[in-house]
Amino acid sequence: MATETTAAEGSSLVFHPMDQFIVKPLFGGDTIAWYTPTNVTLWMALGILAIIGLLVLSTSKRAIVPTRMQSIAELAYGFIYKMLEDICGKEGVKYFPYVMTLFMFIVTANFLGLLPMSFTTTSHFAVTVVLALAVFLTVTVLGFVKNGAGFLSLFWVSSAPLALRPILAIIELISYFVRPVSHSIRLAGNVMAGHAVIKVFAGFAAVAVISPVSVLAITAMYGLEVLVAFIQAYVFTILTCVYLKDALHPHH
Amino acid sequence: MATEPIAEEVVGKCVDSHGSAIGMPQLCFDWFPNQIFWLVVTLVVVFLVLSRVALPRIAAILAERQGTITNDLSAAEDLKAKAVEAEEAYNKALADARAEAQRIAAETRAEIQSELDDAIAKADAEIAAKAAESEKAIAEIRAGALESIQLVAKDTAAELVTTLGGQADATAIEGAVDARMKG
Repeated sequence: MATETTAAEGSSLVFHPMDQFIVKPLFGGDTIAWYTPTNVTLWMALGILAIIGLLVLSTSKRAIVPTRMQSIAELAYGFIYKMLEDICGKEGVKYFPYVMTLFMFIVTANFLGLLPMSFTTTSHFAVTVVLALAVFLTVTVLGFVKNGAGFLSLFWVSSAPLALRPILAIIELISYFVRPVSHSIRLAGNVMAGHAVIKVFAGFAAVAVISPVSVLAITAMYGLEVLVAFIQAYVFTILTCVYLKDALHPHH
Repeated sequence: MATEPIAEEVVGKCVDSHGSAIGMPQLCFDWFPNQIFWLVVTLVVVFLVLSRVALPRIAAILAERQGTITNDLSAAEDLKAKAVEAEEAYNKALADARAEAQRIAAETRAEIQSELDDAIAKADAEIAAKAAESEKAIAEIRAGALESIQLVAKDTAAELVTTLGGQADATAIEGAVDARMKG
């Protein structure tokens, strides 16, 4: 990407598709220490405000006949609650605030990232890996706490022929440890790729001849990104539910 | 030339001197602690907001709505039952009233019938009495007429006999007239 950028700089076309992901100090500081307020801080704070606005302020009237915003809040609640209950059963409902936190954080971060000039926090592996590792560790710890050594039966496919079981166990074990990787890279990769592609199309808009095509392409990509923003949050959440189910009921 | 080394030092190995990203910013490890710290802060805040305020409130709203709907449905059920009851009562009252009306009509009819029968019987008796009286009167008249005829016939016969120059024998004439009358 770096070579491409420097090569393009000579001509009129300037591509910096990755610049939107740069972390900058908010108040013009020099270094980025772990506590520095950066654009990450800003957009995460905006995410918190959006969540509060959507789920707390909109429901402040506690109307029996809901307003539009309250409807959305209730819809989001019902959507995740039903997903969790369908996949994990009644025992899973206990973890609803946890799952809802993940979903609301990712979905608001994704949609805030679609605003022009914004910073998408979920496009960073640092963020999604922490989310995925949190899920992975929670599920693993929960699995052993709930089932003891019985949790290991997750890797011992009792429905397969005995000879195949050790091989399957190895495959299951690998797939188990690959989970946080795929879980996090899927989200960040999708979000990052879409945003970068929009930026690349935007770069072409500088050329008068191609600019109509470029604008159309940006519009189409934006529509797709709106879908991706929701679907990736949904996928992340539903996978969290599936992993949680494994911890609660490890037997195949 | 003086600014460049400083900028290089400030931005580190993730951003070049023009402020553009070098490689993928996602892989810039210098920024990881910052992002992870703020992510954890955000997640904790979101979790607290959701678990303390938002989710219990939405759950309460949904439960309340469910309760309201259930109550309204049962109230509707009650009202429906009441309506059915009222209809039954109405139908019963209607049937009662109809039966009563029928009874009254029958009673009245019977009363009128008996009154009518009485009047007819009385009239019949009166008519019979009147008829008997009349018959009697007619019989009397008839008997009177027969006597008169006999008398006239006897007188006429006596007159005829006298006129023809005969001696009118009163008893003979009477006998002859009586015999004729009977014949």
